[in-house]
Order: sequence, then C-alpha cells, then structure tokens
Amino acid sequence: MSDALRKTPLHALHVELGAKMVPFAGHDMPVQYPLGVMKEHQHTRAAAGLFDVSHMGQVIVRAQGGHEAAARAMEALVPVNLLDLGQGRQRYGFFTNDQGGILDDLMMANRGDHLFVVVNAACKADDIAHMRAVLTGCEVEEITDRALLALQGPAAEGVLQAIVQDVAAMNFMDVGIFDSSYGELWISRSGYTGEDGYEISVASEQAEGLARALLAHDAVEPIGLGARDSLRLEAGLCLYGHDIDGGTTPVEAGLTWAIQKARRTGGARAGGFPGAGIILDQISDGAPRKRVGLRPDGRAPMREATALFAEAEGGTPIGAVTSGAFGPTLGAPMSMGYVPAALSAPGTKLYGEVRGKRMPVTVADLPFVPANFKR
Amino acid sequence: MKFTEEHEWLLSEGDVVVVGITEHASEQLGDVVFVELPEIGTQVAKGDEVVVIESVKAASDIMAPIDGEITEVNEALTDEPGKVNEDPTGEAWFFKVKPTDDGQLDGYMDEDAYKDFIG
Repeated sequence: MSDALRKTPLHALHVELGAKMVPFAGHDMPVQYPLGVMKEHQHTRAAAGLFDVSHMGQVIVRAQGGHEAAARAMEALVPVNLLDLGQGRQRYGFFTNDQGGILDDLMMANRGDHLFVVVNAACKADDIAHMRAVLTGCEVEEITDRALLALQGPAAEGVLQAIVQDVAAMNFMDVGIFDSSYGELWISRSGYTGEDGYEISVASEQAEGLARALLAHDAVEPIGLGARDSLRLEAGLCLYGHDIDGGTTPVEAGLTWAIQKARRTGGARAGGFPGAGIILDQISDGAPRKRVGLRPDGRAPMREATALFAEAEGGTPIGAVTSGAFGPTLGAPMSMGYVPAALSAPGTKLYGEVRGKRMPVTVADLPFVPANFKR
Repeated sequence: MKFTEEHEWLLSEGDVVVVGITEHASEQLGDVVFVELPEIGTQVAKGDEVVVIESVKAASDIMAPIDGEITEVNEALTDEPGKVNEDPTGEAWFFKVKPTDDGQLDGYMDEDAYKDFIG
C-alpha cells in the first residue's frame, strides 16, 4: 500500500471494524466491512447505513456582499439558480466546461452569509483551483479539519434525532448548523443512495466519537464504497468520471432538471456559464445521445465499457455502458450507458457484448429503485 | 481433496472429479450474483475457462484443472449463485469432469500444502 494514500479521521475505526481497505481517489477507503456488499446494501435500504465520505471536498465560498454576491459569482461556473436558493437550502449542480461538458458535480448550500460546497474527492484540487481562478472577488476556503459522514436509510432520522433533536424537522435538501455533544455539526438532509438520510460534517477530532455513537444503534451498520456504488446506481444517480465527465453534457446525461428556468433561454439570467451556447441549444433541440437505464436479460451484470449494439449480429457499437452492477434491491443486474436519442426510449431492445457474446438488454426508466426522500 | 493455485478444490468421486472453489476464494470474490456453467458433454483441456463467476465486485473465471469431458453441472447455482458464498466446499460444487487420463490430480496440493499456500 502506498504511503501517499491519505487517511480520513475514521481510518483507524474502519480497520478496527474489519473493513477491507482500498485506494480510492487518493485515499485509503473501506470498500466493504465483514457484512459484505450485498448485505450492507440491503441493510441501508431496510434500516440505516453509515458511510465515511470524508474524502470529498468541503469548501466555503465567501464574498464581501454575503450570500448574494457569492451566489452571483458562482453562477458564472454552474448552470444553477443560486441567487434564488433560500437560506438553509441546498441544490445539486455541476461545473461545466466550454464544450458544455461536466467538470464535476457538486452540492451547493446557502448558509446565510456564504455558500457551502461539497465536491467529489477525485476532482477536489481541480475544482478549488477553478473556483479560485474565476471567483476572484470571493474567498474560496477548503475545509480540511472536518470529516464528512453520511447516515442513510429509513432509520436515519430516528438515530440522528437522539443526537440532534431538530434534524427530524428538516426536509430533503435542507441544511443547518447544530450544536451537539460532538461540537458543531453541519447537517444536510441529503445523500447519494436514493434513501432519506443526512450528510454530517463534524470536526475531525470529534468524528470517531460521533461515528461510534451512531454505530451503537442496532439500526446502524458501517457501509463501504462497494454498497455505496450499487445503492447510487439503483437510484439512477451518476458517478463522476464514469456516467458523466468532461465529454458529456448535462442534457445528454439527463440532468437538465438541475438547470433551473432562470438559467435557460428566456430566463432572468439565461446562460452566463461555460458551454452555455451548446447546453441551451441542446435543451431546445435535444441532444444527439442520452444516458439511459439498461436492464440486461438474465442475471449477468453488464459492466462499465460493455459495447452496446442495435442488432444481435454485425454492425458497429451504438454506445457503451458507463456503470453496471447487480442490484441487490432490484434483484437483477442493472446498467447505465449512453445511446443515440433515437434508441433511448424505454422498452427499446439493444444488445451488450459480454465475453464476446451479444446479450439482450432493454432500455429502462431510471431510477431502478424508487427514491425514498423526505419532501 | 486436492487444491489448485487458482483456489479450486478437486474431489475424486468414482470415475469423475468434482470441481468447486475454496472458502478462501469465495471470501475474496465477495457476494456471487451470477454463475455461467459449461454445457454437459463439452470436451475441456486443462486451463480452458469453463465457468464464469460474477460477484458484486467483478467477473472471474474457473479454469478446467484437467483434460476431460464435463459430465454434470450444478444447475442450482444458476438460480441461487449466493450458495457459492454459503457453502463453497459442499453444496456449491460447479461441475464434474471425467478425466481423459488418470493421474492428472497427482501434481496438485493436498490440504496442508494449500493452507501453507494461502498463508
């Protein structure tokens, strides 16, 4: 194992709990615990799972003019209406490039006098450099002394309520700052599993204490990256670097819902973000290809990079799988991938080449498993 | 019972050899979600990929440990691949192969040697 891998504040706890550790985005992270990926996944949907997501980037964007000035500045980087984002609310969005591609996807929260931003681990350094280069009137502060935990599943509310009473009143995508026996907690009611739950930013030195307190509940099991991946895939959520990247636009990726009217053609602040011309044209005219859900026949998963064909024999690939796994809750294999718009309607029969054989696969609605958010 | 360096176990049963994977291998694979078995009657040569196993992590193969003919496959694994994790050295055998020549098992490890091998 490389010495260069970074350890999160919960590293020792993962090892103590018997986790299998793997390198992920420069960090030594738990891929699974002794329970195993399948049971960890099912436990999260049935009760609650605790995830260490401390490898992700936590960033505060401050401007002289408070949230409004920070939001206005940030809107130059993301096709999101941040100006009208209410205090204590969070939105999903993405940094775009000049080609209309996605540099990273992220969460942005209005915390009164500043924006709190959470970005992907692998893109963290580039994202911060990008923000610092463009948001010249803002202070971009990377938070390096806090861990980030995710508590996900139907039992999450009851469990976290024992530590912070007020979290029960939060709605999906609400954020707040709460005092607790583990110091100040920055909590959002969100996550990336399709389940109700919370993401909790906690001071590094208090993280293990908080994690142990949460794990002390019978309802809570520690969950590794393996189950995190199958949970997000069942929920139809994109994994950056796989389902979305610099070469995929938000329209192709089916993320147009995250671009509010104010930023679209005819909106109050239409465009004004990198690649706006391409993205707004695609919203009007449609994208040449689309991200779709795919349900293979049988039980064999079609994994990332599986070539997709329109015909059972011959022809050239019409697209490829970008994520694929077995869905423990779905009870069947599932994939996501890109196909031409003309072949993207649910029910379309396609073929994926697995071990040299064309296997039938059907375009399916996303998500594979309905979300269970508290709205 | 004999063992291969690819973590298969081999058990002589009359004139056929039963093949499965070891406890160690099943733990390394993680939860098995799909098994593709060979057709009965297939002639296999040592080293041929005869079974595909997909776990929650990745796809892997089981290779034929000897030359011979596949005489039986464990169809139960097609519907319940999780048996590979529950009982890898018992109920979850994969296939039976009738050796072309006798003595092909001689080079493989016994249980003590295999235990040393996986450390």
